Amino acid sequence: MSSPVLPDKTEVMPDAVARRLALTNDEAIKFARMVEIRLIEDRVIALFGEGLIPGTTHTCQGQEAVAVGIAGATRPDDIVVCTYRGHGMALALGVTPEAVLGEILGRQIGCMGGIGGSMHLSDSSVGLLPTFAIVGAGVPVAAGSALTSQVLGLDNISISVFGDGSVNIGGFHEGLNLAAIWRLPVVFVCENNLYGEYSRIDRTTPIEDLALRAAGYAIPSETVDGQDVDAVHSVIERAANRAREGGGPTFVEAKTYRYAGHSRSDKAAYRPAGELDAWLRRDPVRLYGEKLIANGTLDERAIERIWSEQREELEATLERVLASPRASTADMFSRVQASGD
Amino acid sequence: MPKLRMNQAIALALREEMERDPTVITFGEDIAEAEGPFKTSEGLLERFGPLRVRDTPISETGFLGAAVGAAVTGLRPVVEIMFVEFLGVALDQVVTEAAMMHYLSGGRLNAPLTVRASCGSGLGFGCQHSQTLERWLLGTPGLKLAVASGARSAYGLTKAAIRDPDPVVVLEPRALYGRREDFEPGENAVLALGVGELLASGDDVTIVALGQTVGIALDAASEAKGWSADVIDLRTLMPWDRDIVKRSVARTGRLVTVEENQLTGGWGGEIVSYVASRCYSDLRGPVMRITAPDVHVPYGSELEAEYLPSSPYVAKQISELISTDKVPGHWWEDAR
Ligand SMILES: Cc1ncc(C[n+]2csc(CCOP(=O)(O)OP(=O)(O)O)c2C)c(N)n1
Ligand SMILES: [Mg+2]
Repeated sequence: MSSPVLPDKTEVMPDAVARRLALTNDEAIKFARMVEIRLIEDRVIALFGEGLIPGTTHTCQGQEAVAVGIAGATRPDDIVVCTYRGHGMALALGVTPEAVLGEILGRQIGCMGGIGGSMHLSDSSVGLLPTFAIVGAGVPVAAGSALTSQVLGLDNISISVFGDGSVNIGGFHEGLNLAAIWRLPVVFVCENNLYGEYSRIDRTTPIEDLALRAAGYAIPSETVDGQDVDAVHSVIERAANRAREGGGPTFVEAKTYRYAGHSRSDKAAYRPAGELDAWLRRDPVRLYGEKLIANGTLDERAIERIWSEQREELEATLERVLASPRASTADMFSRVQASGD
Repeated sequence: MPKLRMNQAIALALREEMERDPTVITFGEDIAEAEGPFKTSEGLLERFGPLRVRDTPISETGFLGAAVGAAVTGLRPVVEIMFVEFLGVALDQVVTEAAMMHYLSGGRLNAPLTVRASCGSGLGFGCQHSQTLERWLLGTPGLKLAVASGARSAYGLTKAAIRDPDPVVVLEPRALYGRREDFEPGENAVLALGVGELLASGDDVTIVALGQTVGIALDAASEAKGWSADVIDLRTLMPWDRDIVKRSVARTGRLVTVEENQLTGGWGGEIVSYVASRCYSDLRGPVMRITAPDVHVPYGSELEAEYLPSSPYVAKQISELISTDKVPGHWWEDAR
């Protein structure tokens, strides 16, 4: 049996799937993907400042290792449910920079034709459901996509990615409980970046280690250094295997940090002095680069080359994106209901 | 007279009510230390301290439920829902708990809580952060529902809501937070819930508007060629001011509602059905609704501007109604 959201095997392989598969087991590509995310997110902030991005936008600089670690340890037919802070996750999963930036900029070239925007990326060819802008809403939905796998006897799993601020809302608790009692093949990944909007976690949540939340639902949990892409990879791989083999859900807490403010032009003045600097010293992109040099996979020159190639590609992508028309009036009326298409 | 932005007017209303009544407290996400994502609680934590001004976790059911509990036992909580969509995860506490408290206690208890929520399109936030959603609440007995149209009405309605013995939801069109309006705050500026306001008078048509469409309707009326209009800011949807509409239609003989919401299920349906049935003999032409199409609010400023009825569009529709005595089609009926 096949899942309705997965691509037909006879189709030409979509770009996103190719990009996703390229990531698996290739350290240089993984590094390049982290660089790509960093550069795109930095540019998104700049583009927002230039008035080219409507509304609001949430970037994930500092959290690249979580996204790439998850993408590398899972399959393109696994389902991923994540949040508005999802540009990095989408890119890691393989969605093309053109499709991601195009969507953020409201262009027809975007993954939703420019009608969804920064908070609503999606690409079913790599299992990315439309990213969720309501805190906690995705958690039970991931339980539901895992239910599909269980009922149809598929060996794909679901991955639910959400922030530390999401662990206090009903949907989170109800989703975890269902996954536990039905032993659903889902991996819950909490990106604990210490802040929910402008509030530090200690102001909103009585525990620092969010993996504790899983204990109340008898869900096994692991805490991982979210700045270490290999560490994230191994934890997710273990959890994914467990889920695939019928062992039920796992809760993974990735300790990480967002360098930018919550959204838009938030300067994050609420952070204690020195906190950002301390995290910057453990920058996930740099750490991985250093590791690849140490293990002989890449040398300094190769690292430099990857950065400059990614910079050049970004410029070329942006040129194509900016040449793409914005979503049109007709787009407003299309796809509102499946029966009307 | 001070020229206040709408968010400043709201913060002032909250401050004055908290000074006036020690049982008024306020909470919501990032409203205390950060003074509100839209700066609607500036200065409150500093003035009243953390016992009465609180940040909450992201748990709308939790803190709305807590507001209901606090309200029935003696406090007057003012709760902020950052975007009205987030009410969706906690709607039970508003429509099923708060709204029925008085009834189910045999009239002994009441739930004097105020829920403030930002709403509406115009800032490019995309479909899940741009709706008005009055319709989620419309027709809930026991609940009052007001919509601000600028600094002055936000101030007056917020104060009225806090003083009201029933649960009141006040919607604040987000696009208006930064707009300034001249008015004199104080007791005279407190507005009565359930009372609309005539903002412009004319002879040929009654335009009923709400929230963000009030300014649009006023602009349309001032741009009008060959006709003039009564423009009514309805201000409260539950209860709504039938008298002001009835009186106006009795003079003008025509009724047009201008709504930010989609066509189906919008508040204007209630107004036009009342007028069509109860003021039938006053009418000299068909009633007409001007709304957004039945689609999601699109991302991005240009499409959003098309989605929301503009003042030239409102003026054009009304001109056609008056000159032909027929309701012209909606713009999307030709555009599709
Ligand atoms: C139900 C609901 N309430 C409030 C919000 C507003 N909001 C958007 S993001 C956010 C903070 C979420 O923090 P966290 O879960 O830690 O994720 P992060 O932004 O750090 O990735 C809040 C309060 C929302 N989107 N949905
Ligand atoms: Mg967070």
